[in-house]
Amino acid sequence: MIHVSWLIPALPALAFPLIVFFGKRMPGKGAEIGIVAVAISFVMSLIVMGHFVANGNARPEEAGFTWFDLGGFSLQVSMFVDGLTAVMFCVVTFVSLCVQIYSTAYMHDDRRYTWYFAALSLFTTSMLNLVIANDLIQLLVGWELVGICSYVLVGHWWEDKVNSNAGIKAFITTKTGDIPFLFGIFTLIAATGTSNMHAINLGADQGAIGSGLLFAGALLLFGGAIGKSAQFPLHVWLPDAMAGPTPVSALIHAATMVAAGVYLVGRLFSVFVNAPHFVLLFVGIIAAITMAITALLAMVQDDVKRVLAYSTVSQLAYMVAGLSLPDAVGYTPGLFHLFTHAFFKALLFLAAGSVIHAVHSNNMSEMGGLRRRMPLTFGVFLIGAAALSGIPPLAGFWSKDEIISIAFKSHTYWLFAFTLATAVLTAFYMTRAVLLTFLGEYRGHAEPHEAPLAMAGPMVVLAALSCVAGFLGPTHLFAHWVHFFGEPFLIEPVDYGFAAISLVGAAAGIAVGYGLYRRWRDPDPLRKLGPAYTLLERKYYLDDIYERGLVRSIQYPMADAVDAVDRKVVDGAVNGVGLTARGLGGLLRYLQSGSVQRYAVFLFAGVVILALIFTRVT
Amino acid sequence: MIAAISSQEIAFSVIAVVGIISALRLVTTKNVVHGALYLVITLAMIGAAYLVMAAEFVAWVQIVIYVGAIVVLLLFALMLTKAPIGREALDNQQRGISALVSLAILAGLVFLVLDAFRTTTFSPLQQTTTAEIGQDLFRHYVAPFEVVSILLLAALIGAIAIARKDES
Amino acid sequence: MIHLWLPLVFSAALFAIGVYGVLARRNAVLVLMSIELMLNAVNVNLVAFSKSVKTGIAAVGATAAAGQIFALFVITVAAAEIGIGLAIVILIYRNRESINVDEVNLLKW
Repeated sequence: MIHVSWLIPALPALAFPLIVFFGKRMPGKGAEIGIVAVAISFVMSLIVMGHFVANGNARPEEAGFTWFDLGGFSLQVSMFVDGLTAVMFCVVTFVSLCVQIYSTAYMHDDRRYTWYFAALSLFTTSMLNLVIANDLIQLLVGWELVGICSYVLVGHWWEDKVNSNAGIKAFITTKTGDIPFLFGIFTLIAATGTSNMHAINLGADQGAIGSGLLFAGALLLFGGAIGKSAQFPLHVWLPDAMAGPTPVSALIHAATMVAAGVYLVGRLFSVFVNAPHFVLLFVGIIAAITMAITALLAMVQDDVKRVLAYSTVSQLAYMVAGLSLPDAVGYTPGLFHLFTHAFFKALLFLAAGSVIHAVHSNNMSEMGGLRRRMPLTFGVFLIGAAALSGIPPLAGFWSKDEIISIAFKSHTYWLFAFTLATAVLTAFYMTRAVLLTFLGEYRGHAEPHEAPLAMAGPMVVLAALSCVAGFLGPTHLFAHWVHFFGEPFLIEPVDYGFAAISLVGAAAGIAVGYGLYRRWRDPDPLRKLGPAYTLLERKYYLDDIYERGLVRSIQYPMADAVDAVDRKVVDGAVNGVGLTARGLGGLLRYLQSGSVQRYAVFLFAGVVILALIFTRVT
Repeated sequence: MIAAISSQEIAFSVIAVVGIISALRLVTTKNVVHGALYLVITLAMIGAAYLVMAAEFVAWVQIVIYVGAIVVLLLFALMLTKAPIGREALDNQQRGISALVSLAILAGLVFLVLDAFRTTTFSPLQQTTTAEIGQDLFRHYVAPFEVVSILLLAALIGAIAIARKDES
Repeated sequence: MIHLWLPLVFSAALFAIGVYGVLARRNAVLVLMSIELMLNAVNVNLVAFSKSVKTGIAAVGATAAAGQIFALFVITVAAAEIGIGLAIVILIYRNRESINVDEVNLLKW
């Protein structure tokens, strides 16, 4: 089975053109093609996973063919399937399957229902290709394609300018991160002569790459991760991307695409580990800044999806922080958090979508009291929130706690402080979200009703996974499948001391949140923070700085320059041709004087010249 | 070339010079009737040249037709079109370029001729008799002869048709 | 014995003068006269060659006197041509009261 792992990305790739061309004629409007394709991929992913479950030290499967040869450099299309790949397969296909089933109800009667499913299939295949790739260029193809799909899906309702602007912002911001990424790829290719990731990792391990090149390459690659995984300073696109449909947010901006940056670091971890120490330090600093500022931002949001968006950025920072710990001790915990976070964050988004679908509003100020009218949604949202806050025995506890305790044990105390503080804040804002949405009295004007089966089913399954998936951590099963080959992986026993510390922190956050938001208060009690609140509300003025400082100062002069070139050079050339023709004609017309004797002059002169030429030349 | 200048060459040169001078006066005179007269002189000189070259039939045909008929025709045309008789500009604006072109033609032709035929001579004492021409004409060139006759007929009819007064 | 180049140069000079006359004269009749001059120059050329270089090429049916016969035909055609030409000149005069060639320029820009 593992030999045909390439079928896993291939099936949704096949589904995409089928949906585009035949979807509208099918009874389910194309949704059934996408769901069937990803379901089969999911089953195959489980089989591949089983291969690694059986033997954690199984050799990774590598296969590929050469696409073209350029002098000394040959570009391969190849696959590399190890434990990490298998885990990512399962996550991506499963969440995609849940989201697609959910969307049949959520996006019912949408104006572009068929295209939506086509885009989802395209996204799924791109993400799977990104995950299976053994070649950096192939990974880059998947990387860019998921960026395009994100743009398309965020701007799904592009008739509203806000949505299309959000799509553009997402695309351009990730593209800003892609430029250093591209140069990082070039650096690594120049250093090793190949773009094969396995070979690059081996080269880095064996010291075949100079430390300067490793430094540059790793930092530049991390630039791409900053863009794609929305770390500071390129985190600004993710909250705006909530303009897209909620299932899209669940799939792309919670579970999969944003995890691509973390995955990239994990896949090329040998490069990061063997680079000068400053690289991982820098990674850690970025992660720490990100997790703190976005957790603070999540506290003041009224839009429930934005709370979840900032929370996603914050949790991604956890994963990056884990990977940045010295001696690769945080490799497995960071990736384990990626695994569990996918499930409960997708669950939270789907549940939020259920609420939004029912009350037709995103704002928590228009919600409240939905506990009684939507009990199932309330239940699953509560499970998701608890998992995110790190309440045992749910999944988030096991993965987040790992990172916090490993941070301390590896003597990275400053990172430990950040992760612990962020855990407290996380608990606080999730409690706020739960209370504002579900408790109290209903403040809106719609008729909320429970979600239909197509939406409820996936939510329940994800909730179940959020409960049990965490146990893969303490049982060290996950570590068997995903571990860093360079270092002997340490099987740490669960440290109940740190478990207690993080539990206390979470409890503190919940308590404060409950105390402040038990009853609905208008205005928000946090406004008492005064100017600090304004700073948070304006997102630290970062959006304004980017807009005025960067975008406008480049866009307007460039637009003027391009317009001038278009009018003067391009139009000028075209008009110039016409003017030249007219000018020449204006001159040449004088030959037609009407006087026959003038013509005769030309005739005789021509004959003389011709005669001279013919006789002299021959 | 200076070796021996025969008497025929002297005669021919004199005739040629007179012919050229009168041709030049033809194209520069300000009086059209004078121009017609200069044409007569030129044509006559050409006839004389034919005689020097011992082509007697052509010479007499030249005199009879050209000097006799064609010049008279031209004079009639001049009279019918009230040709300006007086000191009036008869040249158009492009004298300069025309002179240039004609000089170029002259130079080219002279150069070619001298290049090819500097040393060739011929003897004009071999008279081409009228009998000889008559025989050639009616033995070998009968077809063109007949065609030219028809051409003359057509020209005659055509001229009448063109110049006829319109009765409408 | 006459050097061949004498009549040939004579012919060339007459032809050049005829060209000048055709190009530079305004009166249509004068132009016709210049055309006659050119035709005569050609005739001189033909006769000169017929007397000097052997023009008898039996293969194409040309006799020794071919040049002179050619000249005869040229004279004949020239006569026909000038007849027609003068008829046209008279017609133009009838319509326009003037036979200046440079006033007939309706086909101009």
